[in-house]
Amino acid sequence: MELTGAAAWSTLLAACDSRGPKGAEKLLRYAERKNESLERALFRHTAMDAPIAGTRLTGKALPSYFISKTVPIWNEGERGRWALEVSGLVSRPLSLTLDELQKLPRTTQRVNHYCVEGWTAIEEWTGVRLRDLAQLAGAQPAAKYVDFQSFDSGYHESWDLESALHPQTVVAYGLDGRMLGPAHGAPARVYSPTKLGYKNTKYLTRIVFMPVRNGGYWSDQGYEWYAGV
Amino acid sequence: MGKARIHPVVRITHWVNAVALTIMVGSGLRIFNAYPAFARKGETFCCYPWEGQPIPNALTFGGWLAGARNWHFAMMWVLVVNGLIYLGFIYLHGEWRDLVPKKSFFRDSLEMMKYYLFLRKRHPVQGKYNALQRGTYFVLPIVGAVAVLSGIAIWKPVQLALLTDLMGGYVWARYWHFLSMVALVALSAIHIFMVFAVDPYALRAITTGGYNPEKSPEARNARPFYNLFGRRKSKEPPEAPPPPVPPERPASPETPSAPPVAIPHPSGGEAPAFPGPAIAPPSEPASTVPDGAKQ
Repeated sequence: MELTGAAAWSTLLAACDSRGPKGAEKLLRYAERKNESLERALFRHTAMDAPIAGTRLTGKALPSYFISKTVPIWNEGERGRWALEVSGLVSRPLSLTLDELQKLPRTTQRVNHYCVEGWTAIEEWTGVRLRDLAQLAGAQPAAKYVDFQSFDSGYHESWDLESALHPQTVVAYGLDGRMLGPAHGAPARVYSPTKLGYKNTKYLTRIVFMPVRNGGYWSDQGYEWYAGV
Repeated sequence: MGKARIHPVVRITHWVNAVALTIMVGSGLRIFNAYPAFARKGETFCCYPWEGQPIPNALTFGGWLAGARNWHFAMMWVLVVNGLIYLGFIYLHGEWRDLVPKKSFFRDSLEMMKYYLFLRKRHPVQGKYNALQRGTYFVLPIVGAVAVLSGIAIWKPVQLALLTDLMGGYVWARYWHFLSMVALVALSAIHIFMVFAVDPYALRAITTGGYNPEKSPEARNARPFYNLFGRRKSKEPPEAPPPPVPPERPASPETPSAPPVAIPHPSGGEAPAFPGPAIAPPSEPASTVPDGAKQ
């Protein structure tokens, strides 16, 4: 009776700083799947990110994350010339050098960066829309997911196709009017304000269109796979 | 047993809310700790003095950022659905009438505060809840709605950009989310404090529904921690004349500062509400302290 409340509270207090009961894992995953369905139903290609008027670029204050011990740098001597591979369920697999990528129709967008940690930044990204690459490669109807792979110690994240084809999802090679530096994913990276930062693979090597999803570096560790904003 | 003081639907939603809100606050603080600040990167934020200082992990829940996020995004449905059931129920069943502030709200609140501050002798006459309770229970769902809306705004700032813009953008929406949490925690803390300090009998009302009106704070004339202060008999009619005022000690220039020494009453609870006649102050104050008083 009176004790139920007290018991509930002491259980909760004991659970502080913990991950919670193990038995809840299944429920949490169920909730994540349901949330994903709802978020995908809400998703619109017409919903565009636009920073508030008058806000300035974050510039050098943009944090730089990678999982390798040191900044990943493409070593041409060891690995040959960098090229972006577009493969999987496509009619015309592509291999694009940085020069070739820059010759494709380019777009420059000033957008927010939403980090899973809670901070935001505003940057101007220049690159090629992913929907243009998908069209160029002839993505097949069976392709429902896209995996973005990198040379950063195997880092990758897979996406739902709808988000990948959002007009603000780009393969970016320029940041704030300059070529992308090694700290932010050179030579090219994925950038989209419609996903949390960790979904936007840096140090991009391969874009694979797939019939099924294949997780990702952070999503395999417990972060939401969908991570749309 | 007669009619329950609190309807079962309200009792159940109350405890579901207590658990859900606790988990939401704990996991939310864990998420906050991943970036315990509000400023956009490279900028400053006007209105939070503790930018960069994390909340102690002992006050958080979820273990790590992803764990906390998973709890937060699951428990939010429990909180919202439970809240809607509660609001829908009190609307349809009429309980809202006890919670919406009356026209005399400010006057009544002032009287309650005066009573709690010992500026008024008798507990103001109230219905089911006093004015301060009405105010709190009325404001809580509103603050809760702000917390939910600002939460949605930082969950989907692109897909639901209209809502985020309404909040002043992502940075401000995050701030409103934090502030509404602080308000919910503060109101809950006061609520819990007052339950134990003024109306512990309400614990029965919110669990089994049972309540003895003769034990209500109004009937007991209960101030916070009323049991620590002089108490009147609970059966005393409200209009009874106040007990006789103790004779005033004549002001004497020789002994201006010696306080009257309280005598412990032999029968404990029967102690009169007012101290008895003052004892003539002794010439050597230390010698009059009862033997046990200094231990």
